[in-house]
Amino acid sequence: MPAHDVLIIGAGLAGQRAAIAAAGAGSSVAIMSKVHPVRSHSNAAAGGINAALNPDDSWESHAFDTVKGSDYLGDQDAIEIMCREAPGEVLWLEHHGVTFHRNPEGKLGTRAFGGASAARTYYIADITGQALLHVLYEQLMKHHETVDRYEEWFVTSLVQDEAGDCCGAIARNIRDGAMELFAAKSVILASGGAGQCFKPTTNALICTGDGIAQAYRIGAPLMDMEMIQYHPTTLAGNGILITEGARGEGAHLYNAEGERFMEKYAPNKLELASRDVVSRAEQTEINEGRGFPDGTVSLDITKVPRKRTLEALREIVNIGRDFAGVDITREPIHIRPGCHYIMGGIKTDVWGATSIPGLYAAGEVACVSVHGGNRLGANSLLDTLIFGRRSGEHAAHRARQMAMPSPSAASLKDERRAIDSIIAREHGGRRVSEIKDELGTMMNERCAVFRDEEGLVFAREMIQRLKEEAQTAWIDDRGTVFNQDVLGAIELGYMLDCAECIVVAALERRESRGAQFRLDYPQRDDDEWLKHIDLTMNGGGPEISYSDVTITKWEPVERTY
Amino acid sequence: MAEFTLKIRRYTPETGEAAYWQEYKVDLDGKRSVLDGILQAKDREDGSIGIRCSCRAAICGSCGVRINGRPALACHTHLDEAAKTAMGAGWNPPDQGQQTPAITVEPMGNFPVVKDLIVDMDAVHWKKIQRVTPWLIPAGEPPEREYIVPPESMIDVTQSMACIQCGACVSDCLSMEVDPLFIGPAALAKAYRFVGDPRDGKRYERLKDLSEDHHGIYDCTHCFNCIEACPKGVAPMSQIMRLRRIAGDDEQIVDRNNGHRHEMAFVKNIERNGLLHEADLLPDSYGGKFHPRAVPELLDSLPVVLRALQRGKVTPGKALRHSHKAPQDVKRIFKHVHDKTERYELNLYVTGYEDEEEAAGGGEGVPSSSPPERSPNV
Repeated sequence: MPAHDVLIIGAGLAGQRAAIAAAGAGSSVAIMSKVHPVRSHSNAAAGGINAALNPDDSWESHAFDTVKGSDYLGDQDAIEIMCREAPGEVLWLEHHGVTFHRNPEGKLGTRAFGGASAARTYYIADITGQALLHVLYEQLMKHHETVDRYEEWFVTSLVQDEAGDCCGAIARNIRDGAMELFAAKSVILASGGAGQCFKPTTNALICTGDGIAQAYRIGAPLMDMEMIQYHPTTLAGNGILITEGARGEGAHLYNAEGERFMEKYAPNKLELASRDVVSRAEQTEINEGRGFPDGTVSLDITKVPRKRTLEALREIVNIGRDFAGVDITREPIHIRPGCHYIMGGIKTDVWGATSIPGLYAAGEVACVSVHGGNRLGANSLLDTLIFGRRSGEHAAHRARQMAMPSPSAASLKDERRAIDSIIAREHGGRRVSEIKDELGTMMNERCAVFRDEEGLVFAREMIQRLKEEAQTAWIDDRGTVFNQDVLGAIELGYMLDCAECIVVAALERRESRGAQFRLDYPQRDDDEWLKHIDLTMNGGGPEISYSDVTITKWEPVERTY
Repeated sequence: MAEFTLKIRRYTPETGEAAYWQEYKVDLDGKRSVLDGILQAKDREDGSIGIRCSCRAAICGSCGVRINGRPALACHTHLDEAAKTAMGAGWNPPDQGQQTPAITVEPMGNFPVVKDLIVDMDAVHWKKIQRVTPWLIPAGEPPEREYIVPPESMIDVTQSMACIQCGACVSDCLSMEVDPLFIGPAALAKAYRFVGDPRDGKRYERLKDLSEDHHGIYDCTHCFNCIEACPKGVAPMSQIMRLRRIAGDDEQIVDRNNGHRHEMAFVKNIERNGLLHEADLLPDSYGGKFHPRAVPELLDSLPVVLRALQRGKVTPGKALRHSHKAPQDVKRIFKHVHDKTERYELNLYVTGYEDEEEAAGGGEGVPSSSPPERSPNV
């Protein structure tokens, strides 16, 4: 049985940063991912990473913008830590090889981003996430003696000892189908979000909520699950993302009547209001008949000088050309709000620790909560790195004080049997792919920018039915080598658990705050709802409880941009 | 919606049987990708088709395959384009009554196949990446704040940072087909990312290493396949050529492979002759016909020379007496290049499109009929 001090599940930015931190603290580390680490979805974060590094800027200003962006649902102690540590983290990245954009003096240069009161977003063209991810992987290759990489291993469940502490995980080697039990003193989940619960989504096919569901299934509470960010600029049809960097560089939004409609909704910040505000404005324009016939509004990047676009927004020039047939340097492109990010996730403290001893979570899978009701652009990369590092350090610290656990092999046998039974299912019920499709389409209709009780109740009932159907859903592949089909069936289970929690929390929160807009409760209600909704698994479904929002410096006030 | 036929190369290692082709009909808009087509076939018909894929937007680098024999990302290739290349020129879309041809999809070349369209990236690609010491080695302790570097240098290395490690360039590298130990286009582009980075303290050592390696930068034969294959405009061959320029010209590294001298001899040869005069190239690469280094090389190649004489491919007269007269046009090109004070940098991010002024400041979106070219580099 492989045994490590710290086992990290997921190898995007949070996971890789945790691995480097834990190894640096002297732990033996394993990092495991269902895809090769550079395929992780951190790649898709295009625009940049926020830090108040400029002497004219301050971490307090960054923190306040984040608090306001969160619609006061973010926990301010965590936000303070993130914003305070951001400059150091950006410099750490720079020292390890990230090729950040420079200003004419050769120092780190910035671009403007949504919801921010200063230009504090550091970037590499519009491939920031990709550049960061690849540089961290360079560091993993460098530290190959202290960090064992399990690339293309799929975790099927977390393992607990008799006391309920997390002491390892069971995983399947995708290459040959072998199942293995991994022992670990601490386990860090860093496996990303659950965007595939929605269709379309900007999220990659791998974002199926695995870690959220795995933690939920062993009793870890989830928090803020109702908060799903719809990104203002995604392509109709396939949901591909156009970076907020475009608006940061000066692009405008227009409705079909040629009106720069953000003037109505956010007279000061215009296109650079926070994402929930812009997405709602767009959806209102579309719903009230001022959109284009394909259900979109237009993003005009021709406002940005062409040379600048080609240098700093190269990736979306390619995306426009290859995925929409539009030369964005010469003509506007049709966009609409699309599912993009889950602010909620596994509830953690500021060290990434969950309520289960030995289990940590960092990045999109977790909810610290620094994003609250709405995440600011370019704060997600920061979140992954800060809390990835902190959980890596803390997990290593915990590991130093204990002996290596020896989890029972019985659970391995059970897992093996469960997977074999999926592979052996008769072709009677529905295909896994059909259920996934139905779930995603429904979620995008009923649990999107605007929500109401009727739609959410419908959603909850449909998810119950889909959960039933998933019990007998069948697959084609009976092989052992790269059986992606059986992994798809397991992922469907993860997605259904996540979707159920999202809908239950959205139904519970009878107010409008951040990304949650209830047509039947259109006002923010601080008296009743300035609190987190926590969900804990109980008898197959989520049980609701509440926890306080931590307020340090900034009392809630009305939010305008 | 249109119907397309995908002809997919299948291979199931557990069965012990050879690879085979299987056809699937898919029903999608022609502007959707080949990956969308494969996923539809997987979802509706046969979930056992193996393909790595994730982002669907050409950023994760998972879905490198060969489409109609050419390396590409499946998510980055439109179905209707693929159908066109499958048929060749003159194909009409189905609404004009023509049957769509089958789009062939098979695993990338130069890699062992694991299953269906999935290849063993570790065995080839990642091993080669590891070979170039793929991490920054700064000189000394880092500064308190950031390193101060010229802004252009960071934009410059962005082209190789844009690599998504998909392996498409490796798939069709001709040198690697002949010499599997060749470090190859992707890893050498990665090497440029450090050589071009002013923060790296091992520039000379890296260049020396890559020049001296028998399978290093001088192993590339300029076939341009990697440039054509790359979906991200990284232009790996351009990065290799830049490594050579910096190694040979700037760092004066004379390698044991004789690569740099050979290049110099080649350039001189063209400058003098206009067309390549082969008989001079080999001796000149070693310092001239009578240079002690050239003698063993010339003796070694004697059997080839004799066979060529025997078959009339060369005559002693042509080989030894040659007028060395390059046409005026060639001379003019050489003069133009020599007169430049700075070297041409083949870099998309630095030089791409900047000649056009009319759109700067942007009028009200002049709609363009043709989007920018694919791989506008070189």
